Amino acid sequence: MALLVEPKQIVVPGEVLADDVDYLPGQYTYRSDKKIIAKRTGVVDIQGRAIKLIPLSGRYLPRIDDKIVVKIVDITMNGWLMDINSAYGAMLNSKDIPRFVRKGEDLTQYYDVGDYLRVRIFNVTSQNVVDVTMKEPGLQKLEGGRVIKINPHKVPRVIGKQGSMVTLIKEKTQCNITVGQNGVVWLKGPTLESEVQAVCAIKKIEAEAHLEGLTERMTIFLAEAQ
Amino acid sequence: MTYKKRFDGRDWLELRPIEAKAGVIKNADGSAYFKIGKTVAYAAVYGPRELHPKFLQNPKTGILRCYYDMMPFSGIGDRVRPGASRRSKEISMVMEKALAPVVDLREYPNTTVDVFVELPQTDAGSRCAAICAAAIALADAGITMSDIVSAIAVGRVDDKIVADLNYDEESYEDGPVADIPMAILYNSKEISLLQMDGEISKEELARALEIGIQVSEQIAQIQIKAIKDKYMVNNNG
Repeated sequence: MALLVEPKQIVVPGEVLADDVDYLPGQYTYRSDKKIIAKRTGVVDIQGRAIKLIPLSGRYLPRIDDKIVVKIVDITMNGWLMDINSAYGAMLNSKDIPRFVRKGEDLTQYYDVGDYLRVRIFNVTSQNVVDVTMKEPGLQKLEGGRVIKINPHKVPRVIGKQGSMVTLIKEKTQCNITVGQNGVVWLKGPTLESEVQAVCAIKKIEAEAHLEGLTERMTIFLAEAQ
Repeated sequence: MTYKKRFDGRDWLELRPIEAKAGVIKNADGSAYFKIGKTVAYAAVYGPRELHPKFLQNPKTGILRCYYDMMPFSGIGDRVRPGASRRSKEISMVMEKALAPVVDLREYPNTTVDVFVELPQTDAGSRCAAICAAAIALADAGITMSDIVSAIAVGRVDDKIVADLNYDEESYEDGPVADIPMAILYNSKEISLLQMDGEISKEELARALEIGIQVSEQIAQIQIKAIKDKYMVNNNG
């Protein structure tokens, strides 16, 4: 007995992945005696001797350099508190926005409670205290449009290789789309129909992300919808 | 009078028919339905999420909270008063303790994972069904777990050792009864819940526990299948 699973197989916590010291436990797996056991519901990914899991579900865990879509929930003396669709909140300091903010100025004239922003995480502590910044090109307030939430583990599939999937949806639906790593998607289109179409497409990718041949199916789906 | 044949005609070690399904509650991060015989449990997992009041937070790890509730119409006799009772609080606590050894929330300090279990219909073995449902729901929610927890009641009815007692057997009147709910980890076969109600000899207890560990395997297989099935469906859209 050695390897007990195939690449891309779906496994659940407690499932034995390999029974051999030749294999090494990767992310979300652990070793017990000779066995390597899964710790999470996910898809098997074997790289050389290491077996790791790509999670299928679970909430977003903030990581440095992730670009995310956030909602402002509160304003403090020196910045904004925001909901990042995670177990933790995040802080945007007034000195981390592209404009100069004078001391004691009213912060609501820049961003108010309920606004959506595109930001980058620049620091996460061991206790998951999150700091975000907007001092970077492309990070701005998201005006109008609509926001949907998807499973954060499906975000890479919604974006596609070099953004191929999201570009496809953008072209077919004429929508402006921003996909945050935290699973919050902001989109704005010329018409209501186009927005609904884009939402349907994203939901379809989310539902079928772990199945093969996704790009072909999406091309057909979007062509049919036209 | 001895107990010759089980009330529902099962073999002594046969379990009631089991059904399980993951992902039944869309608003939850993870959810499950678990039915064993006439006992039905729905579990919903929310989190990891912010924990308030703040003094409950643990900066080293996230915490697990369970909530067990029988619906007013779920019992065989009188209406069950909804909400926390002495009994439901106890079961909530033993559920937490049965699941705690496998869940690993060190990645999520200061947070909580909440597990809510509702039972629309019960016929004994409700805490076991609740734990089984909760384990599926936790795995579905993508919580890091070192193992799957399966729970089953074993015990004796009169002079027979039986697995998975139903309400009629639990309330058998013509002889001594022992009801032993237990939770077993799938890989290590460790026991994370062990309670007993009734009387049983030392030898019989040892045999009953062995049987419990054996039959828990069947439940674990059903639980694993339930989680996998959620992702196997709609292959062609």
